[in-house]
Amino acid sequence: MPSFKSTHELLYMIREKGLALSEAAQEWEKEVSGRELTEIRQEMRERLLVMRQAARKGLEGNIKSPSGLIGGGGRLLEQARKENKLVSGATTARAITIALAIAEVNACMGKIVAAPTAGSCGILPGVLLALEEERKLSEETVIDGMLAAAAVGVVMASMASFSGAALGCQAEVGAASAMAAAATVEMAGGSPLQALDAAAIALKGLMGLVCDPVGGLVEIPCVKRNALGAAHALAAADIALAGLKSFIPLEEVIAAMVEVGKSLPSSLRETAEGGIAACPTAKKIASRLT
Amino acid sequence: MYARGVSGIGIFDIIGPIMIGPSSSHTAGAIRIGRLARYILGEEPRKAHIFLHGSFARTFRGHGTDKALVAGLLGLTVDDERVRDALDLAREKGLEVHWGFKDLGEVHPNSVELDLSGEQNHVKVLASSIGGGEILLSRLDGFRIEFSGKLPGLVAVYPDQRGVVAQVASVLACHEINIATMRVSRERAGGRALMAVETDQEISQPARQALLSLPMLEKIAILPRV
Repeated sequence: MPSFKSTHELLYMIREKGLALSEAAQEWEKEVSGRELTEIRQEMRERLLVMRQAARKGLEGNIKSPSGLIGGGGRLLEQARKENKLVSGATTARAITIALAIAEVNACMGKIVAAPTAGSCGILPGVLLALEEERKLSEETVIDGMLAAAAVGVVMASMASFSGAALGCQAEVGAASAMAAAATVEMAGGSPLQALDAAAIALKGLMGLVCDPVGGLVEIPCVKRNALGAAHALAAADIALAGLKSFIPLEEVIAAMVEVGKSLPSSLRETAEGGIAACPTAKKIASRLT
Repeated sequence: MYARGVSGIGIFDIIGPIMIGPSSSHTAGAIRIGRLARYILGEEPRKAHIFLHGSFARTFRGHGTDKALVAGLLGLTVDDERVRDALDLAREKGLEVHWGFKDLGEVHPNSVELDLSGEQNHVKVLASSIGGGEILLSRLDGFRIEFSGKLPGLVAVYPDQRGVVAQVASVLACHEINIATMRVSRERAGGRALMAVETDQEISQPARQALLSLPMLEKIAILPRV
């Protein structure tokens, strides 16, 4: 097995040697932490368990955020889903339901796994748990999906920041969606190249997304953006699974995202001064908060 | 383009941490600031005056920053579901909390000043939550300091004189504890001085005893990773 010295090598092994993203992530982690494979997978399993617990809590819906604005949306979606009222197809409907539910748990001071951030924590588990359920996948396959997502995340972290304050929401919801797209391809049996392409396609689709939280809270529009980020990830994965390639390779898309993020005015980087946060209704809501 | 090598980020930095929401900077970072302040005080805090600055002052309620800081003062970790109920927990445990807002000057927007007392000790710290759950302690009882809480370590106050730093370093070396960073600052030459040491290993019980018995140190706090 290779020992990686850089994310450049990691991408090389995936592209040229056909290494699955999950294997690449495992090798990377062995190198970083010196830990054994079984230990690494066990820790991932524990994080998956926290994701499952967060999903359950959000779907039950007896939660309220300190602002009083968020809570109960996951339950509404789950009811509608069970009553067959949703139009987006079984996997997508389940993914957006779980993604929103977990983002609500986060807003309500519940326990979540940042993936890669707390503000975007619903997207990856939404996609993972929906695929597990709808395609009857094993837990090991779900863990492979988490590792594939982590491989993309490691590449992004080496080149960019995941901070909305630094680069906007594209670096949070965009990053999570790209990671989830790669996870989806690997879990669905696509090739490593398709997984990287799915990540690139997802990130391109959210290029420029601004961070504009109403009142500065991780609530509006963040919670619903988690649901949308999950659907976006599945769509990007479908495009790649069908054999369409990303014309622009992942690392160039990430570099472009960094440049776009840096050129965003500070009003669109988590300061709650622009975008949705600056709408008259948003200001009214914010003024009631303090 | 590839800034970080293999020594940098691990996959559990990406899929993780496990934490109480909603915000790594306003919630998780705030818990870690509280924990660090608690260990610097070195005993159960009885009274806390907490002054919020900037974004902490504006959005503390919605992010639960108030609960997070108090949770940290009570010793809770970033993944403890009792964080939400920390204000009640403080009342139960006899920690009296007073809140205020303060312009702390040219500091990070997510900053807080904590004035803590226990039965024996009193300490005043200024710390910032600088993003992604990372924190920076920048002032301690009027001294400038840089401490991230990522590594274990110690802070000590002593009269500025030759040999104190060497003594501390030698105790650590004897107990096979490696110094990762060390920073010393003082009021003036010959006045009181403060050293902040970050170490690669936790400071073991025997090392702690040896450090506590060093006669030149007026005050010392042994700090675990937070």
